[in-house]
Amino acid sequence: MSIIANKMGIQLKPKTKLKESIEMTTSTQTNDIVYDTKELNLWYGQTHALKNINLEIHEKEVTAIIGPSGCGKSTYIKTLNRMVELVPGVRTTGTISYKGTNILDRTMKVENLRTKVGMVFQKPNPFPKSIYENIAYGPKIHGIRNKKLLDEIVETSLRGAYIWDELKDRLSENAFGLSGGQQQRLCIARALAIQPDVILMDEPTSALDPKSTLKIEELAQELKKDYSIIMVTHNMQQAARISDRTAFFLDGEVVEFDDTNKIFANPSDKRTEDYISGRFG
Amino acid sequence: MQRSSEVKHEAIRISEIIAQNKQKKNVSNLFEKVIPTILFLLASITILTTLGILYTLLSQAIQFFRTVPIWEFFTGTVLKPLSQNSEFGILPLINGTLISTIIAMLVAGPIGLMSAIYLSEYASEKVRRVLKPLLEILAGIPTIVYGFFAFTFVTPLIRSIFPEVGATNILSPGLVMGVMIIPMIASLSEDAMTSVPNAMREGSLAMGATKLETTIKVVIPAAFSGIIASFVLGISRAIGETMIVTIASGSSKNFTFDITESMQTMTAYIVEVAGGEAAAGTTIYYSLYAVAITLFVFTLVMNLLARYISRKFREEY
Repeated sequence: MSIIANKMGIQLKPKTKLKESIEMTTSTQTNDIVYDTKELNLWYGQTHALKNINLEIHEKEVTAIIGPSGCGKSTYIKTLNRMVELVPGVRTTGTISYKGTNILDRTMKVENLRTKVGMVFQKPNPFPKSIYENIAYGPKIHGIRNKKLLDEIVETSLRGAYIWDELKDRLSENAFGLSGGQQQRLCIARALAIQPDVILMDEPTSALDPKSTLKIEELAQELKKDYSIIMVTHNMQQAARISDRTAFFLDGEVVEFDDTNKIFANPSDKRTEDYISGRFG
Repeated sequence: MQRSSEVKHEAIRISEIIAQNKQKKNVSNLFEKVIPTILFLLASITILTTLGILYTLLSQAIQFFRTVPIWEFFTGTVLKPLSQNSEFGILPLINGTLISTIIAMLVAGPIGLMSAIYLSEYASEKVRRVLKPLLEILAGIPTIVYGFFAFTFVTPLIRSIFPEVGATNILSPGLVMGVMIIPMIASLSEDAMTSVPNAMREGSLAMGATKLETTIKVVIPAAFSGIIASFVLGISRAIGETMIVTIASGSSKNFTFDITESMQTMTAYIVEVAGGEAAAGTTIYYSLYAVAITLFVFTLVMNLLARYISRKFREEY
């Protein structure tokens, strides 16, 4: 199968295997920086939603963003692929450099950025099309027409999201017939189909049951071998379980950003400690 | 303590009042029982009217088909109701109706859909708030005004560019009819497109699709049933449209495909004959009913088609 892909000059990412993930240690090794945020400020009209954010996000790690509702964590993650601009009246200052390019620069083409930075939303949002068409959508809009290659992309992406076995016989069915958890994994597979470098996940499990949540968490662990993952979560246990680094947001500011182990075991800020111990939020 | 007893006292009084009211209510129970029957009768008026119309049309049309064979009527290309040896072929009228409808839809379809796309996907909230009501004003103009506009403005305009076009022709009313239908298609399609959840647009945009790609590949397919329904309703409207064609297309019963010539539609024929001196009981008089039942079947089929299509192509979300 992948011979075809090679012929087309396209390199498919290697399938990840379960065993390897167990050997992965949590953080401490320093990978390259993929996103470097400097003095980011963001306003929705008059509301100052993000205040002087400085964050470095590392490649091939899971970075969790935690904080109470309305603290700006969703706003921040949506700034990383500039989806935040869909809200009218948004203004930003400061820089976010993605692999050395300032994505907030006016000359940045958002389509190019979003091709490299995939996103998974809070509520699963498959298209009202077949499962196959959902996955093939991204490659198609980026000009891939070869049927065999598309078939291969669909299979690889669904395998990558560990949902191939469940869905391989149902590819022509409407994606809306799937359960919420399956829909969300389909959305992850859809994001994988165009082989981004980064996957942004905006509370990807908040609309799911515990079993589906577990599957998504395992998947995130797997995916970080090939992708940098930034995940907003309401669930602190989730952050502790799967992330390498954690940023704690409060009222539009980053209170603390450190190794997840450090944040949860020995936070340096009193407010972080209060939040993770459940004293507010 | 005193306060709480006061509250309690209050509570007792309220329950008493309710009990009293309940007793009164028993009287009105009868009314409650009669209401569904009354509502049913009122709702039946529409159905009964339709049945009545259908009965009138059919019973009179049968009279017509006693003199003119049904086969001759539906295949005849000559319509000469007033001549000495009169001929009654409906094809010139069907032809006129279809051609004017096609011209109208060629105008209304693309422009209506593009307007809907602009309003739903591109226009800011401010612009939309101004534009949509304006568009709907266009739908509220009486069709006689459109007819007048076609005859006294559009036809002369066409003739100033193409002098060979007739003073009455099917092109001009077709175009104006299209303009008349634009708001209907734009408004209904826009409703269908705005009701597509934003989450779907976000899903597409987040993968690097442009706004146009998102609109064409996600929003329009998701709103397809609504869009098609608006088109079919537009066609239905064009088929049934009377005043514009009566005024601007004249009453020549030509069987031709030349859009610069005068043609008559089914509706315009009915106006002409009903407005003329067709004595009751004559073949001309009965031909009205035969044409009317044909028109009825046309619009019925379009409406059924609209229902079928919108059910079949619904992308569930």
